[in-house]
Amino acid sequence: MITADLMAILPELFLACAAIALLMLGVFRGNGSTQLVSSLSVMALVVTFALILLPARPESSPFDGLLTIDGFGDFMKLLVMIGTGVSIIISQRFIQREDMARFEFPVLMLFATVGMMAMISANDLIALYMGLELQSLSLYVVAAFRRDNLRSSEAGLKYFVLGALSSGMLLYGSSMIYGFTGTTNFDGIARVFEIDGGVSIGLIVGLVFLCAGLAFKVSAVPFHMWTPDVYEGAPTPVTAFFATAPKIAAMALFIRVLIEPFGGLFDQWQQIVVAVSIGSMVLGAFAAINQTNIKRLMAYSSIGHIGYALIGLASGTEGGISGIAIYLTIYIFMNLGTFACILCMRQKDRMVEGIDDLKGLSKTNPMMALVLAIFMFSMAGIPPLAGFFGKLYIFLAAIDAQLYTLAVIGVLTSVVGAFYYLRIIKLMYFDEPSEAFDTPIGSEMKAVLVITGVFTLLFFVVPGPVVESAAAAAATLFPG
Amino acid sequence: MIVQALAFYMFAAITVAAGVMVVSARNPVHSVLFLILAFFNAAGLFVLMGAEFLAMILVVVYVGAVAVLFLFVVMMLDINYAVMRQGFLQYLPVGLLIGLVLLVELALVGFSWVASTPDLPASLSGVPIPPIDEAHNTEAIGQVIYTKFAYLFQMAGLVLLVAMVGAIVLTLRQRDGVRRQSISAQVSRTREEAVEVKQVPSRSGV
Repeated sequence: MITADLMAILPELFLACAAIALLMLGVFRGNGSTQLVSSLSVMALVVTFALILLPARPESSPFDGLLTIDGFGDFMKLLVMIGTGVSIIISQRFIQREDMARFEFPVLMLFATVGMMAMISANDLIALYMGLELQSLSLYVVAAFRRDNLRSSEAGLKYFVLGALSSGMLLYGSSMIYGFTGTTNFDGIARVFEIDGGVSIGLIVGLVFLCAGLAFKVSAVPFHMWTPDVYEGAPTPVTAFFATAPKIAAMALFIRVLIEPFGGLFDQWQQIVVAVSIGSMVLGAFAAINQTNIKRLMAYSSIGHIGYALIGLASGTEGGISGIAIYLTIYIFMNLGTFACILCMRQKDRMVEGIDDLKGLSKTNPMMALVLAIFMFSMAGIPPLAGFFGKLYIFLAAIDAQLYTLAVIGVLTSVVGAFYYLRIIKLMYFDEPSEAFDTPIGSEMKAVLVITGVFTLLFFVVPGPVVESAAAAAATLFPG
Repeated sequence: MIVQALAFYMFAAITVAAGVMVVSARNPVHSVLFLILAFFNAAGLFVLMGAEFLAMILVVVYVGAVAVLFLFVVMMLDINYAVMRQGFLQYLPVGLLIGLVLLVELALVGFSWVASTPDLPASLSGVPIPPIDEAHNTEAIGQVIYTKFAYLFQMAGLVLLVAMVGAIVLTLRQRDGVRRQSISAQVSRTREEAVEVKQVPSRSGV
């Protein structure tokens, strides 16, 4: 019995053990081993990736239903692995340069990844909370990792205090749900709705609190306040990490919680998701216009993207969920590429973060300007780039579910949002160059830029693998 | 029965009064002390409900660790609380409004709980709950925590490990020029290298 349970969570188990082993290695070898620990961390992630992808994993609920292993979870876990792995790779040069090369950095990111995997496959409110807390606690520490830098410390503290508040709301909601259903298990909660009189006002209030906690974790309006400050203050590779892996994990958790245990309350939570989605799209489009710091701009951009992804959830259909899976896949590649570009923005050995520093990039560094232009066009949703297809599948799902208002608002805000993405392209191609960025940027950066750029540019040629596996993943959430 | 009711009202009244004092006391040290009083009385309430495990945890964790930590922070940081309270009146209306909304929600929930608790089948919860006269809740938790909830127990361990690593990463500094005791060097000293015998001729000094 226990062997079967352990085999079911083999990838998580392997990653957790690898993280602990690397921690020991770092402790004995000292901070000089950061490079080694980072490389081994990436290898551990690759092995975990293979462990999820290669063996045929039957659907199961190990540990008496505390967890659930299914295709949807596996898909999201693979995305999280990509996000963490690439973030560790692109952080290498940065942490060496900025004097924060300490072996705990990749180890904490691995622990955060274990937490995200636990979140994604949670099938019980307690398991959900354990995963969420493991992930959040690691993220608070990496946000404040540059402890001698005032803004990094501030970002860490702000994230910690607000994160603790949101955890409190989530726990409060969970306790109400437990009180009114008598179980913390998702399958048990789902069965309550089949009973007459199972739906009570207490349960709905609990669900609202749960949604508030989860909306904070995906940084959706009106729980987005922390995002720009934390993204700006945290070290840039950490921001790249924040914008990718934790978002995917939190979004997957949000989807699972609303679709699986609370599927019976669809009419109730649909209103919440619609409101949150509209708020995020509008704020993401308008608040980003005035930004001068590119990391803040990316923060508002990510709020907007989460708003689009939530449209798929609001539709509540299989098509909507597979739309989100496609959207998040494309989002993670675009964001990793863009942050790799931001990490290359260095003048005279100093990081620069102003949007104006990109002026005339096409003349000083044409290749980077081209790649960044691809990402910006894609984020704005201009065909035939990948970002267009992400939005297309989401809007199609919304129209299928007859959420016409939501789809129209989504299209309008993406037109507004296109303004600030195109402004960056205009600065790069039509303004006079200010100062060239430092070269060389390093081979691993070039590799990341090329791979993410090619994925974004050529997604439309072979969309099949991503679209089909996303559809298969979404199908596992809707049995029968 | 009457003793139980009496004890309940005493614990409850002191908890509420101490809670009011926590926010209204001028001296922050007094606030923390009142907080400890509130924790103790809440623990008393848990004992009355037959939840002795929670009561002990409350005392051990909150009084033993959290409140003492607060006390240290309050005493060690020289914070001017008069300045911190300046915005109090400004934020009071918003705070009251949010508090009111929460209160109404809680009242609704409580009312619906009393009015119609759905008769849920016991088979819903995956964990069998032993009747209270068969097993104390400490015993009941002990029966599941290392077996059924082993996964959660291990995850909690990982969370604590991350907390520990995080605290060390953010605060430990290796300074140069600090003279540390080296026990091995001390132990491995021999008489020959530590003591030098000099023949001092008389009347001439060293």
